[in-house]
Amino acid sequence: MTTKYTKDHEWVSVAGDIATCGITAYAADQLGDVVFVELPNIGRIVSQGDEVAVVESVKAASDVYAPVSGEVVDVNEALAEAPEGVNEAAESTGWFTKLKLTDPAELDALMDRAAYDSYLAGL
Amino acid sequence: MSEDTSLKTTPLTGLWQSMGGRMVPFAGYLMPVQFAEGVMKEHVWTRESCGLFDVSHMGPAFLKLDDLSLTGDAAHAAIAALVETILPCDVAGLAPGQLRYTTLPNATGGVLDDLFVGRPKADADQGTLYFVVNAGCKEQDFALIAQACAGKATLTRADDRALIAVQGPKAVEAIGNVGDGPKRLSFMEFATVKGPYGEVVVSRSGYTGEDGFEVLIAADKAEAFVRTLLATAHVKAIGLGARDSLRLEAGLCLYGHDLDETTSPIEAGLAWTIQKVRRERGDFPGAARILKELAEKPSRKRVGLLPKDKAPAREGAEIRNLAGEKVGMVTSGGYGPTIGGPIAMGYVDAAFAAVGTELDLIVRDQPRRWVVASLPFVPHNYHRKG
Repeated sequence: MTTKYTKDHEWVSVAGDIATCGITAYAADQLGDVVFVELPNIGRIVSQGDEVAVVESVKAASDVYAPVSGEVVDVNEALAEAPEGVNEAAESTGWFTKLKLTDPAELDALMDRAAYDSYLAGL
Repeated sequence: MSEDTSLKTTPLTGLWQSMGGRMVPFAGYLMPVQFAEGVMKEHVWTRESCGLFDVSHMGPAFLKLDDLSLTGDAAHAAIAALVETILPCDVAGLAPGQLRYTTLPNATGGVLDDLFVGRPKADADQGTLYFVVNAGCKEQDFALIAQACAGKATLTRADDRALIAVQGPKAVEAIGNVGDGPKRLSFMEFATVKGPYGEVVVSRSGYTGEDGFEVLIAADKAEAFVRTLLATAHVKAIGLGARDSLRLEAGLCLYGHDLDETTSPIEAGLAWTIQKVRRERGDFPGAARILKELAEKPSRKRVGLLPKDKAPAREGAEIRNLAGEKVGMVTSGGYGPTIGGPIAMGYVDAAFAAVGTELDLIVRDQPRRWVVASLPFVPHNYHRKG
């Protein structure tokens, strides 16, 4: 399984042709307490960089972008009842969407963990 | 991280940075929006215990009558008459030591700012008024006050001092550090107190809906005062993020959002800030519109709003009736940690302002069902006289 990261602080973890996507722990910490997550409908086709979800903290709403192109095949319904799950485990059980990849080559341009960590260090 | 050096600091900025406060620009100042625990925990802590807020960005000031031959009630009457030309509240009728919340209306009955005006308690201080105005409005407000009193009274800014809000059910225990005087104050009273931190002005007031105090203290004494309070078990530093969620739950207006130059005090539900004696005289800016709205009811009103589902609605969201027609706009929207869900305030056409009215708020182009709710969302917990 490969995990890659975007400059907008999304992560994408790929197994076969299914990409599990979420926001990074850094993003969750910057947002603060998450109080609402709006997830896409299953079956929606998204292109890399499209707004795919919305995450709301006490103070503000932020867009979440699709780190890769694909079809939404699953969403994390648990976040509807317990949005704080994003703060508790942003990079595991706090996932947002599962996408069926349409262009796996897009992954090559994303950062690996080491590159993302050095990107964070430079912010 | 680079910091914008054009931002002003307060006497406590260094302390907040050393404590890991997340610093953001606010009204031209570098202020802590939250600390490590985050907005939710800071909010709940303030409701249950005691939160300490740096509000030194605001505009405290003293206005003093130039004619020192007047003393006592005569001096107060003279200074009150000067500021009543620009304020619609009963300044003359303030008791010694009393504060009032009021607005600064423009000529067309809109609101230039909301503020506190107070009459000092001590005999020697009659002929002086204490003001606290909003950070973003202070240059304008101080100029208007000075202009209204030109040649007769002098305004002295006190925004080089620190202003510290201590809020919550345990604030009264915490404030014992400056002496016993503050404990004897009731809601909307203030006093000058001499103690271990020099001469401080303490009011029993705040912006959270809770009991609490606001302390104006010399810049060089502020950090020692704050450190002493923070060393007690029930006091924590709270950022501006929780200050906003606390005031929204308390149904209190934020200037520039819930009040502006187009909203009248009557539309905003602030008719209670214009006492009978002033309504009868009608001698303040904007009186034509304000008195008309008092008599005939305003065409729109500020209301509270609660959702049927869990999606927050933010400032600027359009409000529609169930026929899909625009009937208003959200002016403050967020999440109420004590309520445990989204809350909002906005202005709606008067026909849709009754509590229980169902309306649609447009969030990301989707209508979401909300209901008009009574304000405040969380009951006030003030220490009222009597």
